[in-house]
Amino acid sequence: MNRPERLRVLIVDDEELARRMMRRDLASDPAVEVVAECPDGFEAVRAAAEFRPDLVLLDIQMPRLDGFEVLELLDPATAVIFVTAHDEHAVRAFEVHAVDYLLKPVDPERLRQAVSRARERLARREPMPVAALTAAARVAGAPLTRVLVRDGPRVHVLPVETIDYVEAQDDYVALHVGGRVHLKQQAIGVLEAGLDPSRFIRIHRSYLLNVDRLSRIELIAKDSRIAILRDGTRLPLSRAGHSRLREIL
Amino acid sequence: MKALPFVTVGMLLAALAATLIGLRSGAPWNEALLLGLPLGFMQAVLCFAARYPARAAPLAPGRMLRVAATHLSAAIISTGAWVFAGIGLARLLEWMPRHAGAALRLEHKAPTLAVTGVLIFLLAVTAHYLLIALEAAREAEVGGVRARVLAREAELRALRAQIDPHFLFNSLNSIAALTAEDPGAARSMCLQLAGFLRRSLALGQRDHVSLGEELALAGDYLAIEKIRFGARLGIVETVEEGCRDCPVPPLLLQPIVENAVRHGIAQIVEGGRIEISARRDPEGVVLTVENPRDPERAGSQGAGLGLENVRGRLRALHGEKAQIDVASPPTAYKVRLFIPWAGAVPAVAGLDPLEEASHEPA
Repeated sequence: MNRPERLRVLIVDDEELARRMMRRDLASDPAVEVVAECPDGFEAVRAAAEFRPDLVLLDIQMPRLDGFEVLELLDPATAVIFVTAHDEHAVRAFEVHAVDYLLKPVDPERLRQAVSRARERLARREPMPVAALTAAARVAGAPLTRVLVRDGPRVHVLPVETIDYVEAQDDYVALHVGGRVHLKQQAIGVLEAGLDPSRFIRIHRSYLLNVDRLSRIELIAKDSRIAILRDGTRLPLSRAGHSRLREIL
Repeated sequence: MKALPFVTVGMLLAALAATLIGLRSGAPWNEALLLGLPLGFMQAVLCFAARYPARAAPLAPGRMLRVAATHLSAAIISTGAWVFAGIGLARLLEWMPRHAGAALRLEHKAPTLAVTGVLIFLLAVTAHYLLIALEAAREAEVGGVRARVLAREAELRALRAQIDPHFLFNSLNSIAALTAEDPGAARSMCLQLAGFLRRSLALGQRDHVSLGEELALAGDYLAIEKIRFGARLGIVETVEEGCRDCPVPPLLLQPIVENAVRHGIAQIVEGGRIEISARRDPEGVVLTVENPRDPERAGSQGAGLGLENVRGRLRALHGEKAQIDVASPPTAYKVRLFIPWAGAVPAVAGLDPLEEASHEPA
């Protein structure tokens, strides 16, 4: 498949005026094609799956999913330029991780520069530092209340209390929710760091358990135990995991 | 040292000294009085002067013995000098033939005078310690009150200076967007923003404003947000007759309405309606602000509102009857304020009638 010459851009902002201005500013650059505009995060994820843009101009404050949540659900190869009116915390994170951002009102000159840097980033095939940014964007100390999972163009919102356990599978985590399994491209350690440590315990290198689901612990051999959940699921329990569990219970 | 307490104490001590000198000593009453009067006032001077050693040696656990020794020696030395001065006075008195033997008569009384003198000196020291402690307590109290008042003023100033930066930058962005497609609209939005900023600065400098002025400010604010949010933002305002005169703390309504936009409307893709109502009640005015919200983001509203601060300011102006409460079912957020008529501080007297007139359409 031959890559199109023009940079394919997706504009995501909940304000129509802001979207229109961005589109007009980009129209002066013949090497740019705006493939779609979205008023919220769900639409953005859907449009990204459909149009496969090279670059997303992403507002941070939006209904339903904020900019950081959308970033988590995008293909990490996609370049992202964040846009915000006023968010000192996020701006600090962008500076630290050398991520491009624009402040509202948007300076068209800065927009041009950011777009050309995004082109360079794409040419180098440099992925966005997604994990570092999402961790930095979360308010210090506040655990996640929901986990977002993309299923093709659709976004599933999983409240953390509905998650039974999480299993690491190569680059993915499998989230087990009432018998259903959702796959998400994320390292289990990154997910663990965002969750409430008194509710989700790393019981094994590859397993993260919601302690509410634990029924009992069984000794199957000398120094070898398994955790049995309320629904009968049996999960391996490492020695370190066992002592972490005992500490909590 | 103040005159009245000094003279009073001096007279009392003089009476005591004269009585002691005259009592069963064979001295005539005028001799007792002639010696007692100066001795009493001398002792009064000593009693007032006892303040200095009391100040110099503050009471502290672990050094009580030293403090007691200091004051006891001061008492003995000063009383000794005082008794000798009395004997000297009596010798002078002996120049008059009528008072021959006055010194001898006084010397008989010297031990009694000395013991009484030491006791009175120590009593004076105790009194000084009491006074010092009382003074310190009062100073601490005054200082505490002043500190609280200053802290509150600082808090208010900070609050008044608070114009939501999101609002400001987003508005500027909308204006920038409009300049290209509708310069007339851009200009009128600029004017609206300037008007809002000017009015909120002016209101913030006053102790209290009328509810009408607050509603007008909220109206300016919502008109600007309406340009930004378009059809997503609906506004319904119902204000009963007579509510607009009610005095309220400045910028009371503004943070509540800002929250309704930021945590309510801005979080819903299709938007919704903000309902503001003011209703007369026999006891006061009931003011409510209600907005819809996204149940999935229900946790976010309320945290930044500083309801405690609003409650505190309302109570400072209207007393304990003023109320603020919040109803927050998953899909809405409703703030209800009760502002009593009674207890409303100097009320409408503080309102600038010109300013009021310029804000009220009718």
